[in-house]
Amino acid sequence: MMESIFPALYILAAAGFILAIKWMSSPATARRGVIVGEIGMLLAVVGTLLRHEVVTYEWILIAFFIGSAIGVPVAYYMPMTAVPQRTAFSHACGALASALIGTAEYFRHMPHGVVMTALVLETLLGFLTCTASLMAFGKLQEVLPTRPITYPGQNIVNLGIFGLAVAIGVALILSPERTWLFPIFTVLSLVFGVLLIIPIGGADMPTVIALLNSYAGLSASAMGFVLDNKLLIVAGALDGSSGFILAVIMCRAMNRSFSNVLFGAFGTIQASAKEALERPVRSASPEEAAEILEAARSVVIIPGYGMAVAQAQHKLRELHDVLTKRGVEVCFAIHPVAGRMPGHMNVLLAEADVPYDRLVEMDEINPEFPRTDVALVIGANDVVNPAARLDKNSPIAGMPILNAYEAHTVMVIKRSMNPGFAGIDNDLYYMDKTLMLFGDAKSFVSGIVKELNAAVPVAS
Amino acid sequence: MKSYELAIWVFMLAAFLGFELIRRVSPLLHTPLMSLTNAISAIAVVGAILITGEKEASTLTRTLGFIAVVASTTNVVSGYLITDRMLKMFKKRGDAKK
Repeated sequence: MMESIFPALYILAAAGFILAIKWMSSPATARRGVIVGEIGMLLAVVGTLLRHEVVTYEWILIAFFIGSAIGVPVAYYMPMTAVPQRTAFSHACGALASALIGTAEYFRHMPHGVVMTALVLETLLGFLTCTASLMAFGKLQEVLPTRPITYPGQNIVNLGIFGLAVAIGVALILSPERTWLFPIFTVLSLVFGVLLIIPIGGADMPTVIALLNSYAGLSASAMGFVLDNKLLIVAGALDGSSGFILAVIMCRAMNRSFSNVLFGAFGTIQASAKEALERPVRSASPEEAAEILEAARSVVIIPGYGMAVAQAQHKLRELHDVLTKRGVEVCFAIHPVAGRMPGHMNVLLAEADVPYDRLVEMDEINPEFPRTDVALVIGANDVVNPAARLDKNSPIAGMPILNAYEAHTVMVIKRSMNPGFAGIDNDLYYMDKTLMLFGDAKSFVSGIVKELNAAVPVAS
Repeated sequence: MKSYELAIWVFMLAAFLGFELIRRVSPLLHTPLMSLTNAISAIAVVGAILITGEKEASTLTRTLGFIAVVASTTNVVSGYLITDRMLKMFKKRGDAKK
């Protein structure tokens, strides 16, 4: 009797997960989604604890306690700007769990055939995703250099190590009894994960994080094959397809392929002759910027990773409020790859209390630019570079951009004239209608807000 | 039907379902989506519990299982809590003033 309840609990849990993702489609239902997801997880865990195979509880309870002791503070005290790092870290944890379970299962049952194939896939993806995610974490946390590190023959070395890992994996599938191969297989997978991320630059992190998300999910799904557990297969497949779709969206938003992101070492500074050329730019003070913004009817703010670095999102919300009060139409244009992970800008601006209906996607905002009085670019660079559209030889040619250059006036807040992450000069800065606002994003915006507040009060 | 055949069917259908569902998620919510799916895939905790709690578990498998339970519990707990924390911040115009 009891035994027939467990499959039912797993099925309910799977239904909960599917509904959770379905309700994520809109902010209005998303929180409900989290609740059904939690219920699903609870049912699955309780269902598992009650199974007759599980007899020793003390280690499990200690592990629950340690996991919660790490997880709760992370969830409540971590600043929102650190979300990309946390995501990378949790991919590492998930992948590690899956790889270790695979390893334990290997030494426990030494499976053959199809199950062994799934096990090899599970551990390969698990270990490589674990170290790759830790490397991504290091780059996002800036413990490691964010610029790509390259050396001659890098791709050959990487492919060689991956090939060797796969070959040993195949040997293990053919005869699982060769236990001495397993540690070698593990080390190669771990090393490949590290090597994979070394040549990837900071600006490509959105794609890489999404791809690692996909790998972690696929690894969990493979675990479902090993343990013959349909719930794991479903949850892993949902996670895997989610990461994959996000990675595709990110690639498309940069007009690049997966292999170009993974092996292209994008973002190494191009020592071109062009950079030596000093071109004149127009710059402006906060007072002048405030005057122009005040006279505008519509303003589009374009945030990028620089906004996150400068923590300027709260000041931007103040700017949004004060301009809205004066009857200026203000919205934020969000490029899919702005920031360091999919949706990064949206979360930061939402945290600063910007209403989410003011956050507009690229395809919706682009037709509006010719009618926009001021485009205010803050900490973004490549996503507004007209070279992507106009210069066929540019490294970012064909990348969809926000058409800021079509606005009547363009203002760019920037620390200096250094090129962005793609290492490409931006013609937008040299246009006649462009004003460069040099300085720290946060203090510059707060300067503008101060000017606007000091000006004639709003006639209400 | 062999058990792995059934499993492949399940995988295929779930993957297609995933594609259809995720495509409909607004880009606005891509970050919370990622942390939610991360929490969901921490269902690996189920496998970890089975290995750690087993009667004849060797020291090796129990240690591996133990670490796996810690890692996936961290993901479950922080994943769901942080998704909710993020979603709470998404407000429409007007909501903020209430």
